[in-house]
Amino acid sequence: MTDDEQSNDGSERQASLRERFEALPRWQSDLLLIGATLLGLYALMGVLGLVTGLGVSGVTRTLRAVTFLATAYALVVLALNLHWGYTGLFNIGVAGFMAVGAYTMAIATADPDPGPAGVPGLGLPVPVGIALGMIAAGLVGLVVVLPALRIRADYFAIVTLAFAEVIRLLITSGALREFEIAGRELGTGGGAGINFARLDTVIPNWVLYRGGDIEQGTNVLGYQILTLTNAIGIERTMVENWLYTFTMILLVAAVFWLLVRTGNSPFGRMLKAIREDELATKSLGKNTPMVKIKVFVLGCAIMGLAGIFWQGRNGYVDPNAFLPIVTFYIFIALIIGGSGSNTGSVVGALVFVGVLFEGPPYAQRIVRQNVDLPRPSTVYDGVVALGGGDPMPLIGYTVGELPNLRFILFGAILIALMIYRPDGMLGHRNEPASPIDLRRERSPREGLADTASTDGGEVDE
Amino acid sequence: MAMVDIRDSVSGLTLEERFGLLLVAGILIMVLDLIRRLVVGDLAFTSFMTFLWRGLVDGLVIGLAAVGLSMTYSILRFANFSHGDLVTTGAFTGWTAAWVVGGIGAASFGSRILLNADRGTSAREINLHVYAEPLAIVAGLVVAAIGTIIVALVIDRLVYRRMRNAGGIPLLIASVGVALALRYVIVFFYGERTRGPVRSTPTLSAENHAWLIWTDSVAVHQLILVISAIALMIGLHLLLQRTKLGKAMRAMADNRDLALITGIPTERVILATWVIGAGLTGVAGYLIVLEQETLGFNTGWFLLLLIFAAVILGGIGSIYGAIAGGLIIGMADNMMLVWISGDLTRVAAFLLMILILIYRPQGLFGGVETA
Amino acid sequence: MSETEATGVENPEEGAAPLEVSNLRKTFGGVVAVDDTSFSVERGSITGLIGPNGAGKSTTFNCITGVHTPDSGRVVFEGEAITNLNPNQIAGKGLVRTFQIARELSEMTVLENMLLAFENQQGEDLWRSVTPGLRKRVIEEERAFLERVWETLELFEIDHLAHEQAGNLSGGQRKLLELSRALLTDPEMLLLDEPMAGVNPSLEKKLLERIHELKAQGYTFLLVEHDMDVIMENCEHVIVMHQGRVLSEGPPAAIQADEQVIEAYLGGEV
Repeated sequence: MTDDEQSNDGSERQASLRERFEALPRWQSDLLLIGATLLGLYALMGVLGLVTGLGVSGVTRTLRAVTFLATAYALVVLALNLHWGYTGLFNIGVAGFMAVGAYTMAIATADPDPGPAGVPGLGLPVPVGIALGMIAAGLVGLVVVLPALRIRADYFAIVTLAFAEVIRLLITSGALREFEIAGRELGTGGGAGINFARLDTVIPNWVLYRGGDIEQGTNVLGYQILTLTNAIGIERTMVENWLYTFTMILLVAAVFWLLVRTGNSPFGRMLKAIREDELATKSLGKNTPMVKIKVFVLGCAIMGLAGIFWQGRNGYVDPNAFLPIVTFYIFIALIIGGSGSNTGSVVGALVFVGVLFEGPPYAQRIVRQNVDLPRPSTVYDGVVALGGGDPMPLIGYTVGELPNLRFILFGAILIALMIYRPDGMLGHRNEPASPIDLRRERSPREGLADTASTDGGEVDE
Repeated sequence: MAMVDIRDSVSGLTLEERFGLLLVAGILIMVLDLIRRLVVGDLAFTSFMTFLWRGLVDGLVIGLAAVGLSMTYSILRFANFSHGDLVTTGAFTGWTAAWVVGGIGAASFGSRILLNADRGTSAREINLHVYAEPLAIVAGLVVAAIGTIIVALVIDRLVYRRMRNAGGIPLLIASVGVALALRYVIVFFYGERTRGPVRSTPTLSAENHAWLIWTDSVAVHQLILVISAIALMIGLHLLLQRTKLGKAMRAMADNRDLALITGIPTERVILATWVIGAGLTGVAGYLIVLEQETLGFNTGWFLLLLIFAAVILGGIGSIYGAIAGGLIIGMADNMMLVWISGDLTRVAAFLLMILILIYRPQGLFGGVETA
Repeated sequence: MSETEATGVENPEEGAAPLEVSNLRKTFGGVVAVDDTSFSVERGSITGLIGPNGAGKSTTFNCITGVHTPDSGRVVFEGEAITNLNPNQIAGKGLVRTFQIARELSEMTVLENMLLAFENQQGEDLWRSVTPGLRKRVIEEERAFLERVWETLELFEIDHLAHEQAGNLSGGQRKLLELSRALLTDPEMLLLDEPMAGVNPSLEKKLLERIHELKAQGYTFLLVEHDMDVIMENCEHVIVMHQGRVLSEGPPAAIQADEQVIEAYLGGEV
């Protein structure tokens, strides 16, 4: 879009690169875009960190944390994209569905006999807990969407938000802190939360040790991994953390695959059509309520999965992880990437977490490591000093407030996007919904007349 | 025969009507149970009166805030998710003014202007309650309204005005952005700490005041809240009924397209909407703090869904409905304590809102009242 | 054109009226929009439904196609009562409509719009679309659909727009898209709500040619239209509605001479 402003030479090179990028099969260009964003992010954080003296271990630790959070976001953003981006279901109760997943998992896998302080659970194996969590989130989704099928988009939004709050308040309430079902003591733990199986230990242990049990020694793969990491001098906890992060990456890949296939199919076409105009879709004989139910339940199940692997990783959840604001962070990530595009969802999650969410605190760390700024306790002191000719206290206060200032940035970005670029920062991506790449389809007649037709002649806007 | 007749007439009803019937039946049962409990003695009359009074206090303040939300929802046509933060804005601007006026001599200006962000003073030192500093309390009330109006108008100019013709959903999302930005601008200045800017309220005892027939004693700050809220509502009523502007606003809330055709000056009505809506909302925020005695940057955000519930109960666009909805929500939030524990009353309120949105989106009194 | 003939309509009961509307009534909050309306449409005909503004034509359309539920009355299509069915069920029976303001799916390409129309696609089942082994069949079916899409697009001479977003099309092109899309649902009867509104004269001619060709293949048409010339020149049978009721019906010539009709239209204009 800014091509014309650049020199001729540069714009030509850029144009040819762009053409080559667009000539790639869709899955390759998607992966390229995601990979490039990830690498760009790593490079930015890595260089900044090293230059300013965070050290290699500091940088890798940050990168891992960012990667983990980005994958966690990507999971939820993908699910939300299915709801909103594809189908136009304005669900702002995401946090609630994540809570259902995480809490079901917690109650299913928690120790049945936790001692006097803990909350008892069913003590089921972790995979069963994960499956139950997803099913429960999907079922709650069904309960929400069934009555809400026919209401307006903004009412749907309020209904989903209110439902998420109902879920959170129920979890917090004393009534459900401990209860009995069929003679078994169960509970949510109320505001104090609940302890259960630690996913970020259990999963790495499966990879590293025989039968997932550290007592039985390493398995073949584990031996190789641990020998190698030992040699380079990486601690075992670090290895475990990275293994969990890789698990998250695999999960994102699987969900991405699933949703790309869902989107690029006649089913996905119906979703888009419902988003555009439900009555017109109905008038073409499509059973739109059924489609909406299916898609809502599927998305909620994925949100449940995300809740389990994200908030439930430490083997502890409490209601504060599911405040409504979480939903809005996820929305920001989706809108940045451009709703309606799975690739955009992942890129949006990366950019949101890496730049917007983790960026300001990271910047604060770097600045504080390198400059000794005064830290006045209030903005008033800073302003007074500024009046006296010394800007440093005010700057110091602002740097201290960077973690809070990022929320102002979030808000400003949302507003700016809604005013100037409602299609998202990456702009509108043309991803026709079909199992075959429709962009390359040519009319048989045209094919006969002119085989070497100009391709991409109808690039939009 | 009679049974069959009833079944016939029920099956002839629409979903909305059936839901309404069910709701009325539910309320009837609850009222009957309440009377039973009062008669049997399960529920002491004094605690019943306390619930009622607290319901009135909460309901009035929610109703006050709901008026603004209902007006913007119908006239600007979007669900304004930053409305809760306008409540917060009113609370912070108002109490800042109260501290600046009331704390002269007791604390430094730097401490007062940021509501004790430096933790240098306390409400005890400033001794801010209505007997000690009536002027400060009144000044705060006025500034809360003016400050919130200014903030709302600036936001409208910067954001919503550029989006007049955007759909409800883009506007809703933008309002979420406004909510976040506004909330953390407040945090930037005042910090994240929850504070208590008010000194404990003085009380009136029934022994000295014969007109206090329903209770032993009443908090003066609550009394101020009730009186100011009712006064503002009466003022609003007069404005809507007696002035040309009020009529234009009612017409536009009722049917914007029709109003546009008949040549109502849109932008002037929108301006008036923000002035009245934000003013009342700011006052509500200020009064909430006067009553609850705590103030945090999330104060309004946490109330947002309750305010929405009031608006939806009353029917979106209905100003009197919003007040009534607020009172119902306030009453329900307190009266429910008779049956369920305190941490579930809000669940009941939200579930009621969800049911109304699904089965009776025009609100409880939809079609009965306009404006 | 010969290929499309293969997809023409097989007539199950030659002669019987495919669509019968009897005593239809619909009110909105006390205002009667359609009152005791009855008519039937002959098989293989182009029937016009006309009337001054507010006569209840669109409401009648909406009641027939399930967008509104009528307060009372019956709609029978191919001998089957469809009065309380959903729009999608009615479309599934072969009674397909277009809209007064074309409801193209604007952020989807013309190709996507067209592909959506096919009924009972295998890939509309989420499971089949996603599962590796089954997806192959979905792709094969999609290729077959595409062939028909290209044929239809060529027939309507909008194949050069195939990759365009439907929202970028002109008003007339949208009407063509909507009609060709409706055709791909394999309908037996088409209800067209003001198909010529906003269409330029040359496109209008093209659209009418298509409609006549389709009629020759056995499709039945019911169209609401404001343009009197279009109705009088193209319909065999005309139904006139006024104030929610059928005022008169008959061949165009008779309608043009009908005093009541003239008065209704003039009365509307005064």
